Amino acid sequence: MTTNANTTTETTTDTSITLEKKPLWKKSAFLKELVTNKALFLMLLAPFTLIFVNYYIPMFGVIIAFKNFNYSDGFLRSPWAGLQNFRFLFMSDAAWQITRNTILYNLFFIVLGLVFALLFALSLNELRNKFMAKFYQSVIFLPYFLSWVVVAYLVLAFLDPNGFYNKTVVNLLNLESVDWYASPKYWPYILVLVNLWKNIGYGIVIYLAGIAGIDQEYYEAATLDGANKFQQIKHITIPFLVPFMVVTTIINLGNIFRSDFGLFYQIPMQQGLLAPATEVLDTYIYKALITTGDLGMSSAAGLYQSIVGFFTVLLANWVVGKISNENRMF
Amino acid sequence: MKTKNIKRPVEINSIKPTTNLVLNVIFSVYCIACIAPLILIFMVSITDQASLATNGYSFFPSKISLDAYRYLFSDLGKLLRTYGITIFTCVVGTFFCVLFTMLYAYPLSRKTFKYRNFFAFFIFFTMLFQGGLVPWYILYTKYLNLQNNLLALIMPPIMNAFYVLVAKTFFSINVPDSVLEAARIDGASEFKIFRKIVIPMSTPVIATVALFSSLAYWNDWYLCLLYINDPKYYNLQYSMYQALRSLQFLTSSLVPSSSAASSLANVPGETLRMAMAIVGIGPIIFAYPFFQRYFIKGLTIGAVKG
Repeated sequence: MTTNANTTTETTTDTSITLEKKPLWKKSAFLKELVTNKALFLMLLAPFTLIFVNYYIPMFGVIIAFKNFNYSDGFLRSPWAGLQNFRFLFMSDAAWQITRNTILYNLFFIVLGLVFALLFALSLNELRNKFMAKFYQSVIFLPYFLSWVVVAYLVLAFLDPNGFYNKTVVNLLNLESVDWYASPKYWPYILVLVNLWKNIGYGIVIYLAGIAGIDQEYYEAATLDGANKFQQIKHITIPFLVPFMVVTTIINLGNIFRSDFGLFYQIPMQQGLLAPATEVLDTYIYKALITTGDLGMSSAAGLYQSIVGFFTVLLANWVVGKISNENRMF
Repeated sequence: MKTKNIKRPVEINSIKPTTNLVLNVIFSVYCIACIAPLILIFMVSITDQASLATNGYSFFPSKISLDAYRYLFSDLGKLLRTYGITIFTCVVGTFFCVLFTMLYAYPLSRKTFKYRNFFAFFIFFTMLFQGGLVPWYILYTKYLNLQNNLLALIMPPIMNAFYVLVAKTFFSINVPDSVLEAARIDGASEFKIFRKIVIPMSTPVIATVALFSSLAYWNDWYLCLLYINDPKYYNLQYSMYQALRSLQFLTSSLVPSSSAASSLANVPGETLRMAMAIVGIGPIIFAYPFFQRYFIKGLTIGAVKG
């Protein structure tokens, strides 16, 4: 029975004509498979349903971006609105601003995250005291485990009008006090710093794993040839990590239209004055949906993000495939 | 740092002691930067409210007071309730996350299963394209009626394409077909094979998925923000978020209204907020040494192949 099923898969690729002529065959092959592997299908049933509900129904739900949605008529019966929602979205200043913010923040996160994680991982790897290296790594990884709410507390403790900066640092160094939560110009730096602080530990772990995978013989040979540490890093470690760095960067670039909602929602504490500097696609969509209840604008921005994001990911994958085929995602 | 070590042969290929010293100093400073914010909010939480108002937040409180904690614990019931919500969603969610991930990933790793590519693509596609917040929100609130329902906190993170891919890779590398074939010849059913052979062989990947998902559930405030507006169902992170937004939340909702009204004048406001944060962060800090070791192991399992 299994051999029969195997030949079916091969013949389906042959010509489309056989498929069209015998739709029943395909159907019966599926039924046969259903009977042979009924246990496997049963296992898949519950998770499959959950994926369908959680991910696929909302995918069909994107049609509301082309509708004049109201709650009583729902997804299907709400009247069509054509491209009106998109016209409103792209005529507003917001569209340009949130797109620019999303892309710029992500670019900084990607570049700085790469550079600092790599520098830290390389240095940790060279420390003479391995116990201390492990200790440092553990401490640096700690912020990754905190939720954005907790991080918002920590940032507030420093930046509050009554906080550490404005009461202690200002007195100590004789500076002007700053109303941080009303001064948008500082926030690009703050958010980049906070994001780096929280997530760098993750990058370090990944790079250290990559370094640990390099064969020690290369280093022994290099030492015999008289290469110093710096030369070894430059000519052995980094070249080994390059493919990995390239792939990660491209994948991150593919996700450039998606942003970490928690960072941009929690850390600026939803201060309206900061919006020009801190509003990104995800926070805009959330606010349009919940705060202002503008479903048209919100769903149009959401679909815009989904579609552009989809194509950047496809593009990223294509580029990765060109560079090193084994690392492509699909 | 340790000059006597230089002479050991293993240490020949090392960085210079001065470089080592400089790196150690840099890392020490950075580690302080990682810990200091946590210490600062702890210090604020044990500062006397009146002295906080004049001196601001400081690492060295001029006057120590445990009023904030006394106030916070004055009605333990509500605090325990938010903890209970978080622990319940975390335990139940993680259980189903692990179970469903295994159930979905195992058939995908079976080479004799003809439709495995279809089902693999079915979950993988969710990484590429999402419907976005708005249709999902409407689905949950209008069609599934999950507003103020704990299911809204449990359901969304259960199926995650990344976990399924990690588990599937693990199965196809570590559970050889020959073992499964032998069990089948012995007359074991698929479910028995799954329970008695596949699951016991997969403890590393089960632990990984469990760690990742329990962290996600524990730290979740987003689902609460979207779907919960009844304070009865607030989880820990969301209560902390509310306390951050307004001190009023702490005095009105977390502490009994009768006692709040009578002693509103001497509510330790800002210190209370920070005490709430410390009570919320505590478990993460205590679990951290254990957690991070296995987390790193799990990350490297997942990194074997994307």
